[in-house]
Amino acid sequence: MKFTLSWLKEHLDTQASVEEIAETLTDLGLEVEEVFDPASRLKPFTLAKVLHAEQHPDADRLRVCRVMTDEGEKQIVCGAPNARAGITVVLCKPGDYVPGIDTTLGVGKIRGVESHGMMASERELELSDEHNGIIELPSGEVGQKFTDWLVANTPEKIDPVIEIAITPNRADALGVRGVARDLAARGLGSLKPVKAETVAGAFPCPITVTIDEDTRESGCEVFAGRLIRGVKNGPSPEWLQRRLKAIGLRPISALVDVTNFFTFDRNRPLHVFDADKVQGNLRVHRTVGGETMLGLDEKTYTFGAGQVVISDATGVESIGGIMGGEHTGCTEETVNVFLEAAVWDRIQIATTGRALKINTDARYRNERGIDPAYNMQALEDAAQMILDLCGGEASDVVTAGAVPDVARAYKLVPTRVQSLVGMDIPEAEQRATLERLGFRMDGDMAWVPSWRPDVLGEADLVEEVARIASLTKLVGKPLPRVQAGVPKPILTQGQARERIARRTAAALGYNECVTYSFIDQPAAALFGGGTEATMLANPIASDMSHMRPDLLPGLLRAAARNQARGFMDLALFEVGPVFSGGEPGEQAVQVTGVLIGRTGPKDVHGTSRGVDVFDAKTDVEAILSALGAPAKAMILRNGQGWWHPGRHGQIGLGPKKIIATFGELHPKVLREMDVKGPAVAFTIWPEEIPAPKVKTAARPALTLHALQAVERDFAFVVDERVETINIVNAAQGADKALISDVRVFDEFIGGALGEGKKSVAITVRLQPVEATLKEAEIEAVAAKIVEKVAKATGGALRG
Amino acid sequence: MGTIHPVSQVTEEVNAIFADMGFAVAEGPRIETDWYNFDALNIPGHHPARAEMDTFYMHRAEGDNRAPNVLRTHTSPVQIRSMEAQGAPIRIICPGGVYRADYDQTHTPMFHQVEGLAIDKDLSMANLKWVLEEFFSAYFGTKVKTRFRASHFPFTEPSAEVDIQCSWEGGTVKVGEGDGWLEVLGSGMVHPKVLAAGGIDPEVYQGFAFGMGIDRIAMLKYGIPDLRAFFDSDLRWLRHYGFAALDVPTLHGGLSR
Repeated sequence: MKFTLSWLKEHLDTQASVEEIAETLTDLGLEVEEVFDPASRLKPFTLAKVLHAEQHPDADRLRVCRVMTDEGEKQIVCGAPNARAGITVVLCKPGDYVPGIDTTLGVGKIRGVESHGMMASERELELSDEHNGIIELPSGEVGQKFTDWLVANTPEKIDPVIEIAITPNRADALGVRGVARDLAARGLGSLKPVKAETVAGAFPCPITVTIDEDTRESGCEVFAGRLIRGVKNGPSPEWLQRRLKAIGLRPISALVDVTNFFTFDRNRPLHVFDADKVQGNLRVHRTVGGETMLGLDEKTYTFGAGQVVISDATGVESIGGIMGGEHTGCTEETVNVFLEAAVWDRIQIATTGRALKINTDARYRNERGIDPAYNMQALEDAAQMILDLCGGEASDVVTAGAVPDVARAYKLVPTRVQSLVGMDIPEAEQRATLERLGFRMDGDMAWVPSWRPDVLGEADLVEEVARIASLTKLVGKPLPRVQAGVPKPILTQGQARERIARRTAAALGYNECVTYSFIDQPAAALFGGGTEATMLANPIASDMSHMRPDLLPGLLRAAARNQARGFMDLALFEVGPVFSGGEPGEQAVQVTGVLIGRTGPKDVHGTSRGVDVFDAKTDVEAILSALGAPAKAMILRNGQGWWHPGRHGQIGLGPKKIIATFGELHPKVLREMDVKGPAVAFTIWPEEIPAPKVKTAARPALTLHALQAVERDFAFVVDERVETINIVNAAQGADKALISDVRVFDEFIGGALGEGKKSVAITVRLQPVEATLKEAEIEAVAAKIVEKVAKATGGALRG
Repeated sequence: MGTIHPVSQVTEEVNAIFADMGFAVAEGPRIETDWYNFDALNIPGHHPARAEMDTFYMHRAEGDNRAPNVLRTHTSPVQIRSMEAQGAPIRIICPGGVYRADYDQTHTPMFHQVEGLAIDKDLSMANLKWVLEEFFSAYFGTKVKTRFRASHFPFTEPSAEVDIQCSWEGGTVKVGEGDGWLEVLGSGMVHPKVLAAGGIDPEVYQGFAFGMGIDRIAMLKYGIPDLRAFFDSDLRWLRHYGFAALDVPTLHGGLSR
């Protein structure tokens, strides 16, 4: 919403400066987006007089002028064709900033002649696009401030324009008068009375209006109009054109400009039909679907069913409250005009406007709510203005439907302002505030003015009182603790786990990423998603079309971007939600890390190597341990298809209870994601880790055995495809009381063992509890280990 | 060296401060029904605010005539779900990712918000002002004044935009000094209809709610210039603006080094 200061002053009697007005508007909730004050940039400039002008000795187009200024006579070189003796000019001195050329002047030397400033054109001062010559003023004294001269002679050229953002509730502030009313309520001036015109009908209106029965409810409340015959349409007067131009509207013709004037002056959209192009009478009705109309914006609209339009005998001529039709639009030739003022259902306007994708000033206002009580008076006021500007003679008013009764009252509870806002405002002041806003006080009941559709309860009255009093007066009041004392922890188990996982991953050397929750369909499809269930209806870009089924695609895309920038050794992770469907709750938290490249940069020790699956395994185990996952988990194969089939493992608390997966990513997937592999990764589902069974912080008692532990090594030859962990688990199971640890220390494949065989060497640590182990006891355990491993893996002790 | 992303770090800072004031951390789904995202927050279907939110909608299969689900445009649905689950009195903050279909120099289609909600029998906007001033002062590590300006949100009444005190020198913003103001937050007293939607009796209970951008306050505190870079995962950026694993923000040890 834009308006000029002079327009505001038509409604508000005030001495306040434009800065004061702008600050107050923002404080009132009518947030100022921009104040364009042409005068603010013209402050340094003064008037001067050219005493003498002569040809520059070395340039055909330049003149050397002697100019009388407030600082005495100066020499200025000027290129304007009209620079001549005797004219009064606008002087910019060295040191002044000239807005139109974005330059701060200095003393110049132009082709060998010194120049002490410049004489400005209108374009150089951003007053207009005029640049054929320098400004020649018809009056003014040397040394007079240019802004003072403008105020006295052409104030419209420096009329400040104020643009405010209107929140959806404040329909009334979509008219200059509503803005003025708010400022007056704050005490920044007084609201000027507005003249209510009366235009008697000179003849019956030849066009009748009707509203279809099914359109009265949530369609059109009242549709009123009158004919004005014998008008002479043409350009509207200068003052009106200037106002419309100042707020960015294009003047069209007097008749159209009148409707635009009421739209912005009183938040009252109107429409004018060329009555000679209307066939028969006007009927407000719902579309059946498929009708078309050429709009005033020269686009053809095709209607769906049930939209509210205005038709004559030939078809749809106007989209009620949104946009008129080109066919019956007013032109310079219009002689007889039908002026319409109607009240439309707000929801209907919003849905129709949205469906047809039409954004007009009329729709904007009709969907937020105009003052229904002004409907009939608007026909008088606008008719009078048309008569004043275009002449002619007005008919009687024709009406269909009835002006809706929006009268309602809410109780003003003065203590509510204190209890809800925390501001102490005397009751008398509260009542006076509401009255200045147009409320009518009847006892403790406040009757809401018809132009405030947003006021719908007691809390709204509090809001109005506090808003006008200014929330800047609010003083903070401590919020007491719910309970005295040390606050309790507040994180849930899930929140705490995410935090631990994140900090552990970072400690392991991973860099945390936050990637978008949406990703392109092919990438999503590679990771088990990309279906319709997780598809956005209106993605912002084609590579953000689906909710991610997994964190890996986003991290791999990030890795590819970093590789493209020359960073090849990467450790990235993310903690965040992934989506299995499109319903609330069809999401789960993942902790995912990716390792690519080498374990470190080249250095003198030469210890760097390519990352492998066991790096991922080590890291995932470290994070799981930090999360308190049970130490005993099984490692399973048959993970999802994006893992390398032979080089991954799922960590499960049971075959169906998978808490994490680690491994190398499938080369085909990496190729499709443009990642230069190999890459290893892990995924943890922290929500799948069961809560600890023991609720106490106390640890179990520590049992320390005094006796010396014994270690024995074994090497088994097994089939190459046997998982080493099965050997470890089998050995561990040989004597649960005695065996405290089993570790793998060597592996050897093929060679002398023959094709398809491998040798795995383990160290078993035996911890005696009651007495030192005798050799025979050790032998017995060793035999049991060999037997168990043989049974579990088919392997034999290497000879 | 591994690093923690600024969004995670600042979320933990925010959690630490509000935890001390008795606020718990509540979470909820990022894909929401339009009821939780809009209707329950007093934004009915025809409300102009709906169109202004640049909402992402989920696809509906043909023949499925339910209103499409949305990617939550704010974390306010978590407030409704928490009120339903817990009733009043309640004090929660709701941090998390939110989505709006907007992409330019200062907007990304996903960003992060923290909203707060406090409901009891006698809370007022004056308490809100105190809470926010305490929060900003703790967060920025210097006394920060706030300025409340009247505004409108469908879910609060009265509503206020909140500016924090700052200075603008040489193109950089310094919070907590000078006589400039920077808009950072929307807030207000929870609308009676919103309380009712959350199953709380508005005749008995009242309270305040507020919401601000986590990425935004991270940019302000740590001098991060471009929002879009938050989600680009450029290793150089992650290392430069990230935080060490053991820099866990606490009130007793300091929120930041």
